[in-house]
Amino acid sequence: MTITRFVTKSAFRNKRRSILTVLSITFSLLLLTVMMTVWHRFYVDKGDAQSAQRLITRHRVSLTQNMPVYYREKMRTVPGVVAVAPTQWFGGLYKDEGKPENFFAQFGTDPAEIFTVMTDFKIPDDQLAAWQHDQAGCVVDSELAKKFGWKIGDRITLRGTIFPVNLELTIRGIFVAPQPSITVYFNQKYVEEAVSFAKGRSGTFNILADSPEDVPKVAAGVDAMFHNSPEPTKTESEKAFQLSFINSMGNVKAFILSICFAVVFATLLVSANTMAMSIRERTREVAVLKTLGFTRQSILRLYIGESVLVALTGGALGCLLAAGLVIALANAPGMGFFFLGMRVTTPTFLLAIFVSAMVGLLSAIVPAYHAAKLDIVEGLRYIG
Amino acid sequence: MAIPISYNIRNLKLRKGLTIMTALGIALTVTTAVFLMALLAGLKKAFMSSGDPVNVLVMRKGSVAELSGGFDASLFPTLKTLPGIAKDGQGEPLASGEWVVVVVLPRKDGTGEVNVSVRGLMPAGLTLRPSAKLVEGRWFTPGQREVVVGQSIHNRFSGANVGDNLDFAKGQWKVVGVFDSGGTAYDSELWGDVNQIAADFDRQGAFASVYLRATDPVAADALKHRVADDQRLKLEGTLETEYYEKQTSSGGVIKFIGTVVAVIMAIGSSFAAMNTMYAAVAYRSKEIATLRIIGFSRPSILTSFVIEALLLSLLGAIVGIVLILPFNGMSTGIGNQLTFSETVFSLHMTWGVAMTAVIFALVMGLLGGFAPAWHAARQDILTSLRA
Repeated sequence: MTITRFVTKSAFRNKRRSILTVLSITFSLLLLTVMMTVWHRFYVDKGDAQSAQRLITRHRVSLTQNMPVYYREKMRTVPGVVAVAPTQWFGGLYKDEGKPENFFAQFGTDPAEIFTVMTDFKIPDDQLAAWQHDQAGCVVDSELAKKFGWKIGDRITLRGTIFPVNLELTIRGIFVAPQPSITVYFNQKYVEEAVSFAKGRSGTFNILADSPEDVPKVAAGVDAMFHNSPEPTKTESEKAFQLSFINSMGNVKAFILSICFAVVFATLLVSANTMAMSIRERTREVAVLKTLGFTRQSILRLYIGESVLVALTGGALGCLLAAGLVIALANAPGMGFFFLGMRVTTPTFLLAIFVSAMVGLLSAIVPAYHAAKLDIVEGLRYIG
Repeated sequence: MAIPISYNIRNLKLRKGLTIMTALGIALTVTTAVFLMALLAGLKKAFMSSGDPVNVLVMRKGSVAELSGGFDASLFPTLKTLPGIAKDGQGEPLASGEWVVVVVLPRKDGTGEVNVSVRGLMPAGLTLRPSAKLVEGRWFTPGQREVVVGQSIHNRFSGANVGDNLDFAKGQWKVVGVFDSGGTAYDSELWGDVNQIAADFDRQGAFASVYLRATDPVAADALKHRVADDQRLKLEGTLETEYYEKQTSSGGVIKFIGTVVAVIMAIGSSFAAMNTMYAAVAYRSKEIATLRIIGFSRPSILTSFVIEALLLSLLGAIVGIVLILPFNGMSTGIGNQLTFSETVFSLHMTWGVAMTAVIFALVMGLLGGFAPAWHAARQDILTSLRA
């Protein structure tokens, strides 16, 4: 019998207990992995390469203020700017109003340039041309089209809440985004012609820079250009812009951290409990092992190995379940855009596995240490 | 005959380490669940208690929030003369044309910049909000670049003390007072003169909303319909209470995530409790057999062990609730999809939350305790005695 086999055998000698412990750790690690995935997505992930090359300009005062649309031409003169497209949040209601699952982003923009800026959004040329020729046309995200069953040529109505106009749009194209964007783009001219106060104004500008390295320079350049104007701007990377929305949901960082902390601590308790029970039960066995010539170190290693094995099994199962849960949440209807495109990444997996191994190690140290320094005669006399 | 509860209590005491660790595990789960529930309770409180049942909020037809667009100021005199509006001491109708805009302010603790609502109102706007009471300084003077800040803004943002200057829109605004509206959504706002605010944000000649104070709730309801029915106006009236009720939905994400987190943790803890109870049964198999011989029936053994599991989880619940108490009243902000700005609310421990926590823990105990108790009751007496 090899040492590995011995460890495996003893780890699962009391099947019911081991399975319960594994399951308990599984659920804790499932939660931990999901939380870490959210953390990774918001605070670690820099976004894909193309996104890192884009910036968003808004009014310095706040997102709800508009800027003159002529800013766009001035922005082109900033070194490093490749393309600029205006985007105006429409915030309209679709179908059953107020239902969160019917929420999606709607932007008025310039059909001639938006796809030049959004380099990673793919649309067939003929569909793009069709949209550019129809002022009452729109293009929709492929995932969104799938969700609502939209086809090219379908008509959708968006009831205006910010702008007093209801848009009657014909779907002219379906674009594919690297991550679902739940976005509909339409021609901003439609709104401008219907609503006088929208004329010549834009809420945001999407800018494509030469390279990701140019992004800070472009941001500073654009903001400097309008610094002394009555309507100054604030330009930031696309990722930073998106993060400001997450931050507005409250102190998400502290929230996630405190849950992670509670989960890890609870797991530690469960695992330590099991190891304490299981090692105490085997006091006599330890004495026998010692009589056979096992040293303190080897006994310590045997028990720690056992505990790490149980914890790792739970951790691995938890990771797998987490991967499934995250995918389910990302595709669940009515989840808004919180989990969109989220996946458990390899570093997150590795970290979760590492945490579970550490939990196994830490929880075994005290009971294993006691077992290792057990007096043989005392141990043999032990009756439980 | 039932086995006395003191038997269970003594047993729990006998294996202190195991009991404490299992109870702590349950306690942590309860703490997390209570934390989330208290957050939701606080959020509900902030929105539910906001708004006055006699105030009618008038917005452009189709608008869902005060932030989305506005209507021509020339409609204001018409609204003001509608029947059913309460009058102030001078006989002037209580009506206030207002603007709500969003500005970015830095948090005091340096955790970043947050969107905050600024409300421009007419002097009557203060009269029709009797819940807002000045706690420091004075109200703003019309025609001056002055603001009063809500209690939460005062606590959470730098430069929001009386005498400070806040920099937003086209320049400096002097903070002249702090008001408290009792933890409602108003506490997360800055108030200033409507004309000054409109000028700074280039929105003269229009209002985002008009507030009308009716003489009584019945008149408020009539007023609401009168506004909507007037075809010339193209406006819509909402009771202020209804308006805030709708905004509570911004807690939906917290609620969903909170439920998922609590349920997953509870499943994990149930397994742990089950483990402990199985161990308890295993240790005591001889004892159980002896109890059976003395004459205690299977059902009473089952009940006894279930009670022991419930006691264990109850201990966990109590520890969990005690652990969360220091955080009671701690405030945090939540972004609102309708107003794009932060509303501050505090963690609010209520008896309801505490009771839910206890029930939550007992369910965990029951789930974890039933199978081992069943196992104990079904044990064969002779085999157990011989073991």
